[in-house]
Amino acid sequence: MSKRIALVGMPNTGKSTLFNRLTGAGARVGNWPGLTVELLSAKLLLGDSMVELVDLPGLHNLHGFSEDERVARHFIETQPLNGILVVLNTTQLERQLALVLQLKALGLPMLLALNMADEAQHRGIRVHREVLEAQLGIPVRMISAKHGRGVPELKQSLTKWLRAHPEPSQARAAVLSEDDAIESTLDDMLSQSLHIPVCLSPTRTDRIDQVLLHPWLGIPLFLLLMLGVFQIVYGIGAPLQEGLAWLLDEARTRWLSPLLAGLPTWAMSFLLEGLYDGIGTVMSFLPIIVVFFLAMAVVEDSGYLARAAFLMDALMSRMGLDGRAFVMQLMGFGCNVPALMGTRVIRSRSQRIAAMMMIPFSLCSARLQVFLFFTTAIFSPRAAPWVLFSLYVMSFVLAFFTAWLMRSRTRHNTDPMLMELPPYRLPTLAALTRQSFRESGHFLRQAGGFIILGVTLVWFLTHFPLDAAPASSATLAGQLASWMEPIFTPLGIDQLLSIALLFGFVAKEIVIGSLAVIYGAGGDELSGVLAHNLDWIQAYSFMLFTLIYTPCLSALATIRRESGSRRVMWISLGWSLAVAWLLSFAFYQTARALFG
Amino acid sequence: MTQTLALCDLAAGRCGTIVRIDAGLELGARMRALGLLPGRRVKVIRRSPFRGPIQVRAGQTDLIIRRGEAAAIMLLPCPAEAGCA
Ligand SMILES: Nc1nc2c(ncn2[C@@H]2O[C@H](COP(=O)(O)OP(=O)(O)OP(=O)(O)O)[C@@H](O)[C@H]2O)c(=O)[nH]1
Ligand SMILES: [Mg+2]
Repeated sequence: MSKRIALVGMPNTGKSTLFNRLTGAGARVGNWPGLTVELLSAKLLLGDSMVELVDLPGLHNLHGFSEDERVARHFIETQPLNGILVVLNTTQLERQLALVLQLKALGLPMLLALNMADEAQHRGIRVHREVLEAQLGIPVRMISAKHGRGVPELKQSLTKWLRAHPEPSQARAAVLSEDDAIESTLDDMLSQSLHIPVCLSPTRTDRIDQVLLHPWLGIPLFLLLMLGVFQIVYGIGAPLQEGLAWLLDEARTRWLSPLLAGLPTWAMSFLLEGLYDGIGTVMSFLPIIVVFFLAMAVVEDSGYLARAAFLMDALMSRMGLDGRAFVMQLMGFGCNVPALMGTRVIRSRSQRIAAMMMIPFSLCSARLQVFLFFTTAIFSPRAAPWVLFSLYVMSFVLAFFTAWLMRSRTRHNTDPMLMELPPYRLPTLAALTRQSFRESGHFLRQAGGFIILGVTLVWFLTHFPLDAAPASSATLAGQLASWMEPIFTPLGIDQLLSIALLFGFVAKEIVIGSLAVIYGAGGDELSGVLAHNLDWIQAYSFMLFTLIYTPCLSALATIRRESGSRRVMWISLGWSLAVAWLLSFAFYQTARALFG
Repeated sequence: MTQTLALCDLAAGRCGTIVRIDAGLELGARMRALGLLPGRRVKVIRRSPFRGPIQVRAGQTDLIIRRGEAAAIMLLPCPAEAGCA
């Protein structure tokens, strides 16, 4: 008989942190209420039995109206459970304990973990654990999931508790007790079990916010911070990338070429110019990806995202959205897919759809690779970062414009924005590296999977028939490109580049890999070839098109799944393609006319 | 001088005790879960410009709330010289 325990609690109380701590799994953690929007389960050995632990999205109460809350409630109410492990933030016990009383009505065995004991201690908040245990009639443990304190003891309690409840049971249909009754019971209980210092001195968070949330310095500081983060990523990542590219190139000329010298020309071409160059050029971005996701993890865990929501809300409300949609746009910098799923915290459907329409314009890390490659190849080192910056600006402008177009639908249907502003938190080094490696692992798996496939396909298209000159008009790719020519010539995008765009539709990671194969050159050599073949106007037009024309297939699939509507997906795709073409066209023709 | 005031009209740095919340069931429940309910004391920490949201402190929790929603929360302001909230 399989055993199952669910992690339940209000948003941002550390459920995912505890989940990772207990099972060693890699759930995403961040100082943003509503980060987890889907179920995640992992196995855990308690005593002598294997238990399935399920991490749920946060719940404010059992009335839950947003999509992520519905996911959690549906799970608790329909799945047989051995019990629920409730995770609360000790520093906010006075409001969070109400959830425990509501959950009691479900009739499931409960164990209460009071998390963030470290923060509570720091603020001088004391809980009389035994008193609370007696009042609630359930075991209570103090823990600090982030630092691991109290977790071994929690495990022991869980084991004992599980022995007492060996059979899973079904939640009782929630007979929701009157909330007012809950409140008065609660106040009685807390007066005996909780001690909060009367006067709390201003915390570190208060002092930082004086500056970062300053009425008129706040937004400029936000922009500066973002610029700083990208400077760091660029500054650390770019030299590392060059180094790796150089190494891969050396390995190719020193060892690989001599080793393969005996093979037929086509086989050698496939292995070296196809697989090795294609994949190697993509792989050389690994250091940047690692550094990039490290920076993202720091930002996500610091609590600054909630500040960004606060700062940008006034602007977003003019477009019928709110600060949360802006934060999703920022999360999209990493990858659009989780950002699209993150819109589940928005309850109004029209606002959610509008957010889903704007997120695909967010310049994700895959597109960043293409732009890094192109800007360093074509532009001077001084100009390159600014060109990159202009693309980020473009990404925001298009996202806002899209939301603005939809404002008449969203305005009448506003979802109240009411959210917690969590204190600033410093991420631990271990958590940071885990997060960054998990994201990079995703990149590696992609490189190992469909990038190999894509690169192979591109090689085949550009080399078949075998007697034709590679990538010439006689090859399959050449024919394909000539069909697309009427579309791309007005944008200044030549035939070879259009082939890369075709593959980039699946995922942007393939673009650079396919260019390497198409031009038969990897790494530095490819940069040289591009610089020789393209002027800056063509290159910028290509980058504009790449930024806008669609994130990737999985983003489209996510839009379809999350909106529950094929129509929304098609509209999003059609809109992106149309804007991409029109904008690249306008840019290319204007720039040509002006600069020749 | 004991007049009720909506939360959205309370100046930054001032606090008040909630007397009534005129919100729908759904919003009311969310407010309750975040610690906004009659009898509780709240303090306005800062107001953002351009009619942006307000940061309020209810107990140990800091919240972001829009002015529209804050208008539904009626409170009895504490005397200006009252100490910490
Ligand atoms: N100081 C401190 N911070 C913690 C502790 N546990 C978690 N955190 C931090 O709290 C924040 C939220 O943690 P998560 O694990 O993502 O919270 P969650 O409950 O899964 O949140 P949702 O998925 O949004 O419901 C993160 O920044 C964690 O690093 C703790 O014991 N002490
Ligand atoms: Mg979580």
